[in-house]
Amino acid sequence: MDLGGINPAVLVASLMVASVPIMLAAIGELVVEKAGVLNLGVEGMMIMGAVCGFATAVETGSPFLGFIGGALGAMALSFVFAVLTQFLQANQVATGLALTLFGLGLSSLMGQGYVGIKPPLTDVVPFGPLADLPVVGRILFDHDPMVYLSIAVIAVVWAVLKFSRMGLILRAVGENHDAAHALGYKVTRIRVLAIMFGGAMAGLGGAYLSLVRVPQWTDGITAGAGWIALAIVVFASWKPWRVLIGAYLFGGISVLQLNLQAAGARIPVEYLSMSPYLITILVLVIMSSGKGRSAMNAPAALGQNFHASR
Amino acid sequence: MNRRILMASAAMALGLAFGGGAQAAGMDKVKACFVYVGPVGDGGWTYQHDQGRQALIAEFGDKVDASTFQENVPEGADAERVLTQMALGGCNIIFTTSFGYMDATNAVAAKFPNVKFEHATGYRRDSENVSTYGARFYEGRAVIGTIAGRMTKSNKIGYIGSFPIPEVIRGINSTYLHAKKVNPDVTMSVVWAYTWFDPAKEADAAKALIEQGVDVIVQHTDSTAPLAEAAKTEGVIGFGQASDMKEYKPSPRVSSIIDNWAPYYVKRVGALLDGTYAQVDSWEGIGAGEVEIGEITDAVPAEVKAEAEALRDAIGAGTYHPFTGPINKQDGSAWLADGVTAPDGDLLGMDFYVEGITGDIPK
Repeated sequence: MDLGGINPAVLVASLMVASVPIMLAAIGELVVEKAGVLNLGVEGMMIMGAVCGFATAVETGSPFLGFIGGALGAMALSFVFAVLTQFLQANQVATGLALTLFGLGLSSLMGQGYVGIKPPLTDVVPFGPLADLPVVGRILFDHDPMVYLSIAVIAVVWAVLKFSRMGLILRAVGENHDAAHALGYKVTRIRVLAIMFGGAMAGLGGAYLSLVRVPQWTDGITAGAGWIALAIVVFASWKPWRVLIGAYLFGGISVLQLNLQAAGARIPVEYLSMSPYLITILVLVIMSSGKGRSAMNAPAALGQNFHASR
Repeated sequence: MNRRILMASAAMALGLAFGGGAQAAGMDKVKACFVYVGPVGDGGWTYQHDQGRQALIAEFGDKVDASTFQENVPEGADAERVLTQMALGGCNIIFTTSFGYMDATNAVAAKFPNVKFEHATGYRRDSENVSTYGARFYEGRAVIGTIAGRMTKSNKIGYIGSFPIPEVIRGINSTYLHAKKVNPDVTMSVVWAYTWFDPAKEADAAKALIEQGVDVIVQHTDSTAPLAEAAKTEGVIGFGQASDMKEYKPSPRVSSIIDNWAPYYVKRVGALLDGTYAQVDSWEGIGAGEVEIGEITDAVPAEVKAEAEALRDAIGAGTYHPFTGPINKQDGSAWLADGVTAPDGDLLGMDFYVEGITGDIPK
């Protein structure tokens, strides 16, 4: 198969790389929303992850420590959100938006000294001869560890939510926090942990941007990726594997349209650029119409604050 | 009585018009404000404007308050709000540093006749207090194009465009013409990113081009991401855009095209201080120091470097114009006859590719 001079294997390989940041951020946000918390600060947490990861990697010379630093940095920011919304009962939407603005500003401040520095390179996982297989090798066995980790995280989140007791409790808290509380579950504690998991994932996604995908630090490096991650959660109707599909779709289309242009294909790229958003709207319409309503699957307590005295 | 008031107010209006128009009195202290489309740390376009702002402080010291600037201002309704706020906040002169601020600049300028507005790369001057300024980047692109044409081994040059506006199309044409001149086998692929600043997308665009066999990447977007992407593949080179991007020396960044706004900013604020300020439509290039070619590194052979520098000097001295005929449009129709140089009007409204570039300009 040949798409106007584009090698499909290369295309698939690059869309997998392009999708990693939004996929990680989206799966983290999915867990947060499953616990009944709407954190709109994904963009802010991602960029904090990007700058903390970058700084850590540059200072230590290790990309691995960089990713850990990115996750911790974003987790710290998400903890601010957790304190404000879970203990001080602040409005989640407003706090989330403020978190984004705060993260963008703080990251810009922290990144002052890191503009124009090259980070240590993240190596490709050595699969030996497997990477030389035609087509399959390029697609499956020629990536850095984070690509595999992102898919693994999806699988783990899916398994935990579906099969484990922990997942059941998390979902109960997200569906009806009063009932969960009456059963003796620590609603606030569970939500704080979920928020921090979401922060860590967003941070990993951000660090992937600044350490692998771009790789450098510039102000505003996430350029709206966090908002796309939020859209993917809705697009996926809060189901982990659909997050994977959504991320590949969003990431894939943006890569595909650039490749088509580079290959000189004469198709209007504007339509291609808007198609993921059109699909999202379509999915939303189908889901919210009559029969599909129950399939919409949004956690019932999403965005509602919980206080034990009520 | 009524008539006297009418006369008096007419005289006052006249006085205001003259006073406002010529600023004959000069000013003791000028507050200069800046609106940026990106962050000052972008390492490119906005960074260079901010360097110009700092040059004002260095030049005039206490006589200028250039501490007010706003980063990441979206092109659109938000810009109007920011501009109004600045005008109300006592700014005497406001520099709006992106093409997309054109409507907002003119709308706000009409409401504040005593504040001077300077709009970068625009062409609309609806009221007396709006000036426009730009730089002849296509002069720098001619030099870059020459290096690109000499350096490419695959004979494929990739060009990352931002938006299909005359400014960008001029750069594409100038680059292509001069690459073609030194290397007749050259072809050019243009990718439109539809953004001025989105590192991830710019990196993806560079990657897509490299996968198509491109080994020289020219960018008209503002981040250093395409250079970072080029650095991953052996043998691929690129150029710094807007700023020197020196951290990618000596390769992949083999040279750069630098916007130097400092001379213009110093000139304009100085004029406001000494009372000689007047509305202008400024468009300067290499000759006036507004467009600079960054150091050509050792990754470029000496004879290519000498050729590029000779071209730069010829353009700077005014003995060579990058758009000198014969040049045909993409559809084969004649644009410039032999020896004719392009009039500025044609350049400012350029909406066509020259002959030899494949692909269509998005509408």
